[in-house]
Amino acid sequence: MAHPYIPNAGPETRAAMLAEIGAPDVAEFYRDIPAELRLDRPLDLPAPYTDEPGLVRHLHGLLARNTHPAELLSFLGHGCYHHHVPAVCDEVNGRGEFLTAYAGEPYEDHGRFQALFEYVSMMAELLEMDVVNVPVYDGYQATGTALRMAARRTGRSKVLVSGAIAADKLAKIRDYLTPDVEVHLAPVADSGEMGEVRLDDTFAALYLETPTVHGVVETRGRELAELAHGVGALLVVGTDPISLGVLAPPASYGADLVCGDIQSLGMHPQYGGGQAGFIASHDDERLVAEFPSRLFGIAPTAVPGEYGFGDVFYDRTSFALREEGKEWVGTAAALWGITAGVYLALMGPQGMREIGETVLARTRYAMRALAAAGAAVRHQEAVHFREFAVEVPDADALLADLHGRGILGGVRLGDREVLVCVTERHSIADIDTLAAAVKDALSALGGAE
Amino acid sequence: MSSHTEPFASLPVTPKPGLRRFHQARWDEEIVFELSRPGRRGVGVPAPDAPLVELPESVARRTPPALPELSQNQVVRHYLRLSQETLGADFNIDVGQGTCTMKYSPKVNDSLVRDPRVAALHPLQPESTVQGVLEIYWRLEQILKEISGMARVSLQPGAGSAAIYANIAMIRAYHASRGEGGQRDQVITTMFSHPSNAACAKVAGYEVITLMPDADGNPDIEALRAAVGPRTAALMITNPEDTGIFNPRIKEFVDLVHEAGGLACYDQANANGILGITRARDAGFDLCHFNLHKTFSTPHACGGPAAGACGVSAALVPFLPGPVVDRVENAGTAAGEPEVYTLTVPERSVGKIRPFLGVTPNVVRAYAWVMALGAEGLREVAETAVLNNNYLLAKVARIPGASVPWADRRRVEQVRYSWQQLTEETGVHSEEIGIRAADFGVHYWTSHHPYVVPEPFTLEPTESYSREDLDEYAAILAHVADEARKDPEFVRNAPYRQTVHRIDPASLDDPAQWSPSWRAYRRKHGGQPQA
Repeated sequence: MAHPYIPNAGPETRAAMLAEIGAPDVAEFYRDIPAELRLDRPLDLPAPYTDEPGLVRHLHGLLARNTHPAELLSFLGHGCYHHHVPAVCDEVNGRGEFLTAYAGEPYEDHGRFQALFEYVSMMAELLEMDVVNVPVYDGYQATGTALRMAARRTGRSKVLVSGAIAADKLAKIRDYLTPDVEVHLAPVADSGEMGEVRLDDTFAALYLETPTVHGVVETRGRELAELAHGVGALLVVGTDPISLGVLAPPASYGADLVCGDIQSLGMHPQYGGGQAGFIASHDDERLVAEFPSRLFGIAPTAVPGEYGFGDVFYDRTSFALREEGKEWVGTAAALWGITAGVYLALMGPQGMREIGETVLARTRYAMRALAAAGAAVRHQEAVHFREFAVEVPDADALLADLHGRGILGGVRLGDREVLVCVTERHSIADIDTLAAAVKDALSALGGAE
Repeated sequence: MSSHTEPFASLPVTPKPGLRRFHQARWDEEIVFELSRPGRRGVGVPAPDAPLVELPESVARRTPPALPELSQNQVVRHYLRLSQETLGADFNIDVGQGTCTMKYSPKVNDSLVRDPRVAALHPLQPESTVQGVLEIYWRLEQILKEISGMARVSLQPGAGSAAIYANIAMIRAYHASRGEGGQRDQVITTMFSHPSNAACAKVAGYEVITLMPDADGNPDIEALRAAVGPRTAALMITNPEDTGIFNPRIKEFVDLVHEAGGLACYDQANANGILGITRARDAGFDLCHFNLHKTFSTPHACGGPAAGACGVSAALVPFLPGPVVDRVENAGTAAGEPEVYTLTVPERSVGKIRPFLGVTPNVVRAYAWVMALGAEGLREVAETAVLNNNYLLAKVARIPGASVPWADRRRVEQVRYSWQQLTEETGVHSEEIGIRAADFGVHYWTSHHPYVVPEPFTLEPTESYSREDLDEYAAILAHVADEARKDPEFVRNAPYRQTVHRIDPASLDDPAQWSPSWRAYRRKHGGQPQA
């Protein structure tokens, strides 16, 4: 019997095909592989499950070792978020046409081009910038590339990066900018916002993140843009687009490049599989020339009034120019771009405003509830979006205690610091549950001291 | 009784024509903004249930974003129309994107990753709550170790090029750890290796040296001898190369680089035809990478999310991107007690190539794919892919005007062909042949740039397509080549049966005209379709 995934595996088909080729056997095709490089034994792999129910049973057995997410009340964030995923998002990205398409031309894949063009166009409205790329791998990559773009654009080799940034993200930026760009760190003020910074004309960019790693919304964007522009540097802003229904788009206070992750816009967390990155700029030829990623644009066809699509300024990519292109381009996260487009089309301006208002309000509610429960909430005077940090006597002990109550209370940022995340999926009752558990846990922990 | 069947039996049966009477969907669908009407919405959002936050003026959005306003069914219909106007691999004989291994992605694997025990897991959950997913990572690593012969494998990179970058980052860290980071500033690659090998090396700070093919179609070993030396950091090479030719002297290439103190890194994007036949480590490679979305069947998803896997020899293990999944030895003490898996960061790790652990759904899919096949099945995959490739080669080589560079060489996983003779005869170029071929419901690709093979096209049947499928694809190419000979203008003006007609790309390279968003288009063209 041929394997269900291999139609030509049967011996008769094989024989007929070999006859057509005029080859004695399949080994003939491998004769260029020297004998000493041949594996002289079968691969040592686990026995397979060649029937589908057996395979499903095996995989379900493994998945059963994960705690079912429905059994846990989670306040985890820190770069990956449990926002609600509208059913339509899953319906569209599960379609075989989109799920299995790849590199078709703008004729047979007109729909893929249009869906991605619409994604960038809706992001462009949210960001108030004309140019948005087809997604890169994730927000870390987007930030690294945005900073490299700024360095190439200015011909300078230093960047000043917000200190209120995730440690892993900073490590990735440092690695990715080596050896061409030096990374300097801006101080963080007690308020949680960027502290006083000094820039000079050797800096390519100032990188501001808002909300910060602690969920703090930066309020001095315009001032920092003027500071950067005053020395000929660019302002690069990292943000989460889900906040922009209520928060000012960075371009409105002077950002030259905006970047981040779009996982919030319709992607399940997927244990880290839902990340995808965006980079946006104004329609300035000199900046457009620095994008490594694909950019899709409208083009006319032979029929007046018909929309066609294609790659904008392709001859800057590594596809066209190998190492002479800008960084590199390859398979990244296009399906999540299409999905984020579906999300934005569903939400519209009203939905984006409402989700922003709800997240802001519930975040503040949670901050007050946790403060009342005895946790020391950091940066209390700042506006927070979705996340905030609390200081506790022992982060590990608190989180372990909460886990024992079925609550994933937050992400450990340090021995005494926990990051709590609240989205529109958390009801007020969920937040009250967390606060009550934190109160109990803190008094239990305090009692143990 | 028979009266019910008679009318059907008497219907005339028209024989099916030689080629498919295909027409791609054409919905003439508006841009999503054109469907917008004020006041509509597609999904409800929870109300705050708590006092609203007054934002300071400096951070409040002043004007609402000009997003479209649509009802839910309009959104569904719009996107389903666009999906129909997309020719996924599920719909076509997708052998035309050679080097990309467009094999069938089993549906059962998609169903597994929609399970909330994959989809709804947060990447920073306590390890005790994600033992199943960690075990799958660990198990897939063991499988890839066996397939490559390498000591360890990281599943962190988000795709093939990210894996190439991760390998270069490890190469850089390795030489730096030996005090040779400054000295070793060159990376050698080959023209028929993926351009990302050259491009990623450049990003990491290396000077790139590219070897051209010799008269036999192998990368020129004399050029390698001339290039290697104390400045060599690494060789980044594919085998079989994008031509489909397996370089029989690959071990000599690796040895030459090792003798000069460099590392040898194997881009295994083209591994499908050699699974279980030959292994990276056995040829002496220090690093390699696989594309899970190619060889291991995860869907291409319009261009990602994908997944890459980096395999390394023992000497490079400390530099692997982190974290990796370790099995805690002796954790499961009593019989029947489950093993325990934990995340560990290698001691000199190059860090995270992407946030968190990896593209988990594709790790699950790839694992499930291997577990549906086993060792014998993987061998069957490789041999059938190579058989299919050579069968299609035999068919295409008989098409007048098509040729196979280095025709006397054997081919493994794909073939880069040439229409040079046809172009000389008719003036029709390879890209134009491809656009016309799409009128018969298939995709077709030329080659990466620059075109070393003139008028190139690259086909890779994989194990997924039947003999009849390959016959159909070859018949389409033969038909289009014949059309080109009879009426070159007809082919040049294609397509005829696609969603849209011939596109004029001139504006896409003109900064005054290009419109990389609807916003830019409205500004530059007033929202009116271009003439």
